[in-house]
Amino acid sequence: MKRRDFIHLAGMGSGAMALPFSAFAHEVEIGQLLTPLLDTSQKKQLADIALNTAKSLGASYTDVRIGRYLNQFVTTREKKVQGVTNTESFGVGIRVIANGTWGFAASNSVTPDGIKKTTERAVAIAKANSKFQREPVKLAGTPSYGEVSWKTPIVKNGFEVPVKEKIELLLNANAKAMENGASFVNSLIFLVNEQKYFASSEGSYIDQDVHRTWPNFQVNVVDRQSGQFKTRSAFSAPVGMGYEYLDGKAGDKIKAPGDIILYNKSYDIVEDAAMAAQQAKQFIAGKSVEPGKYDLVLEPSHLWLTIHESVGHPTELDRVLGYEANYAGTSFLTMDKWQSKNFKFGSDIVNFVADKTQPGSLGSVGYDDEGVKCKSWELIKDGVLVNYQAIRDQIGMLGQKESHGCCYSQSWSDVQFQRMANVSLQAGKKSLTPEQLISNVEKGIYIVKDGSFSIDQQRYNFQFGGVLFFEIKNGKIAGMLKDVAYQANTQEFWNSCTEICDERDYRLSGAFNDGKGQPSQSNAVSHGSATARFNGVNVINTGRTIL
Amino acid sequence: MSILTKDEAQALLKKVLSYSKADECEVNLTGNDSANIRYARNSVSTSAKVSSSQLVVSSAYGKKLGVATINEFDDASLEKVVRRSEELAQLAPENPEYVLFLGPQNYAGSATYVPATAAITPRLRSDLVAASLQVARDAKAVAAGFLEDNTGYSAMANSKGLFAYNTSTNTNFSITVRTEDGRGSGYATRGYNDVTKLDTRKATQIATDKALKSAEAKAIEPGKYTVILEPAAVAVLLERIFFGLDARQADEGRSFLSKAGGTTRLGEKMVDERVNIYSDPLHPELPTSTWSGDGRPQEKVSWIEKGVIKNFSYSRYWAEKKGVKAVPGPDGAIMEGGTKSLEELIAGTKKGVLVTRLWYIRDVDPQSLLLTGLTRDGTFYIENGKIQYPIKNFRFNESPIIMLNNLEELGKVERTVSVESNVNYLLPPIKVRDFTFSSLSDAV
Repeated sequence: MKRRDFIHLAGMGSGAMALPFSAFAHEVEIGQLLTPLLDTSQKKQLADIALNTAKSLGASYTDVRIGRYLNQFVTTREKKVQGVTNTESFGVGIRVIANGTWGFAASNSVTPDGIKKTTERAVAIAKANSKFQREPVKLAGTPSYGEVSWKTPIVKNGFEVPVKEKIELLLNANAKAMENGASFVNSLIFLVNEQKYFASSEGSYIDQDVHRTWPNFQVNVVDRQSGQFKTRSAFSAPVGMGYEYLDGKAGDKIKAPGDIILYNKSYDIVEDAAMAAQQAKQFIAGKSVEPGKYDLVLEPSHLWLTIHESVGHPTELDRVLGYEANYAGTSFLTMDKWQSKNFKFGSDIVNFVADKTQPGSLGSVGYDDEGVKCKSWELIKDGVLVNYQAIRDQIGMLGQKESHGCCYSQSWSDVQFQRMANVSLQAGKKSLTPEQLISNVEKGIYIVKDGSFSIDQQRYNFQFGGVLFFEIKNGKIAGMLKDVAYQANTQEFWNSCTEICDERDYRLSGAFNDGKGQPSQSNAVSHGSATARFNGVNVINTGRTIL
Repeated sequence: MSILTKDEAQALLKKVLSYSKADECEVNLTGNDSANIRYARNSVSTSAKVSSSQLVVSSAYGKKLGVATINEFDDASLEKVVRRSEELAQLAPENPEYVLFLGPQNYAGSATYVPATAAITPRLRSDLVAASLQVARDAKAVAAGFLEDNTGYSAMANSKGLFAYNTSTNTNFSITVRTEDGRGSGYATRGYNDVTKLDTRKATQIATDKALKSAEAKAIEPGKYTVILEPAAVAVLLERIFFGLDARQADEGRSFLSKAGGTTRLGEKMVDERVNIYSDPLHPELPTSTWSGDGRPQEKVSWIEKGVIKNFSYSRYWAEKKGVKAVPGPDGAIMEGGTKSLEELIAGTKKGVLVTRLWYIRDVDPQSLLLTGLTRDGTFYIENGKIQYPIKNFRFNESPIIMLNNLEELGKVERTVSVESNVNYLLPPIKVRDFTFSSLSDAV
């Protein structure tokens, strides 16, 4: 991957929380983070140097990304602050087409001379590699947008919130967890700000200010006598919002089956930490699952990851075409299935939409990293595969004229390529709450929050765990289960989807660090759904004894 | 700034330390030149060359620590980064787990730098890729591969007189070859400090052979099988043990090395007595740095000896609290093997499954270190000492601890790369019984 980046944040085992640092991130003080390094007119002047240099060297297309990438992590465990880290990474990435071949070079020397040299290097790489090229790169057209800008619509900039306030919030959450029986608790607040300036030889100059926020914790309960331990991670979601996500408004709290509290557009970390310790204790005492077929009721904080792996990845066109064959893999959704116009990916009620504009989502931006205005489009309609996710140099292979606008690079220093948009399961059309859904299930398991995950390189066979598992007997929650994982084939699984709750239950969750590419890059992406039911899924028991 | 020599690095670090007004100051300096070529569908898809340098300054007042970093190296910037780290230290809360910086240490010289790799030219990179592409094209198969090389150095110094320097080179190569109809797939991976050892043609030939031979895969029932795992498959399972050797996790009861009753498994036999795992920065086939990032010497350490857990790794804080030597975690690991080749292991197998590669490895239960994942790019059925036919891929659910208790045989050690972490190891192919395949996958 390094999907390790992803598991460290999203799966987080039982160990200490690992933090992802981009290779060129360095730490800076907070005051400095809030001052722009260059204004847009200075960036335009610098970008024009690259555009003119590349043109004079024979490039047929050039784009320039001047980027400043800021992160802040506040990490604590129990009563201790482990770290307060501000990182900044600033530089320029230049991509050209010369002799019909891509070339890319990047530098942290954002000066006229540095940009000129970097451009020369990008053109030289393109020309050198053109001897391997069999078909010249063809870019789908995109309008010239002139000078435009876009900002994540945040209410509170997390970088402006005093560090002291964040530390107090986390230590307060830790204290609540410990009071309620946690043995250990690790917590963190993770903030991201991408200040991206894009310019292309096609006349677009795009300035964007993108924010993402993620509070998270892991509560461990250890029974030293029996040697058992269990982890309950936070019911928060990483979001494309500002610090207002931590307001924990009453209207965003959801009383869910199993007497648990879930969160929608804002999050109460202190309340959730207390609940986490109580639930981890119940989890240890839970009943070990009897393997077999169950009807699964999957809550949005869990289902997002199943969507991500089994729908988001196989509908990426670069995977279908073989560009990721050596690493992330290919896809079972081959072109012939799409061309047939009747490949039944899921049941009739299954509709998936890809979206780069959804407010509050991690993938939401105004324009992608190759200057295409973002939009939403259908992937699966009434259960049938109708489209893929594709960018400018591949969309033509689908006979489509316009890129989907899902090109992304994690940093100025990495080349941009096709990355997953927010891919979401549309809510059910008939009125249905999770309680009503569960009341019709005879033998089932209600699963909350994502846990262990693994899927094959063509996205057929998957296995997912979770964080909390509730047994459903004759329409009622009958206590907690443990040692649960389900295995299925993607197409069979989505065809077994018989009910989806309505719009009232629709929520987003997602991942900060989805890995793809060599060298691996991270992408942040959200997935929405309402609670959904899947009939007759194979559940295995994962309990083992090692001595 | 390019790669600094030991003297140049020492002079720069001395200058940085001369600006310090804190109780303690420590400075880490790194620099890297890396380049890569990525290809797919028998054509180059992306290629990049990136240079970077970074200076990290840690200043401490009592137990208050501030860290700041910069990648500009003029005098004004160097003084600015020291002042900035001192300001952050003054603002930081006290960390009760802060441990004073180390004094001067003695380090052995390392063998991680190979001049031929540092001198790699764009022409050589392109020839290595061309050789790989030619093999696939000749076989009318489709190649996707990745070649990267890296030359770098790291240095550190502190106000107590510690100084450390290391320079290293590395090259990693991986190749997936698929048949044109997509029904067969093969893989190979190689990693070396010395690029002259890299034979992309030979590795691509192995991947191509596996692709062609795996095209008519049959489905066999999931269940428990005797399995021969090639070193690339062994790496992704065993590294979960290597990553999990931390004493504090075990002492706190939240590790597979913790035990009922509040103790740990240190000193206990946990796996088959033929299992010996150690790390050695001076091993000629897997040289690593002779010091860790916080200045502790990296020495030869036995982690599992005759199946017994011999050592845990410690942070300096936890070691001080426990009154033991602060042994840093392994940087690369070595498992002792036997004398048999992979072919000999196959020849001695009545019924079994040969696994080229395992993929998408995830923890299922940290308590038992139960992992799940899938076979990929060349899975074959063995009967009466011979590969009989290719089989469809499986999902497995298995703990490497249980697996090492079911050991049948160890083959000859070779250097390999983990596809999950990119870390290089010296590992044998291993044969184990009762390896748990829990379902079939249609993936090729």
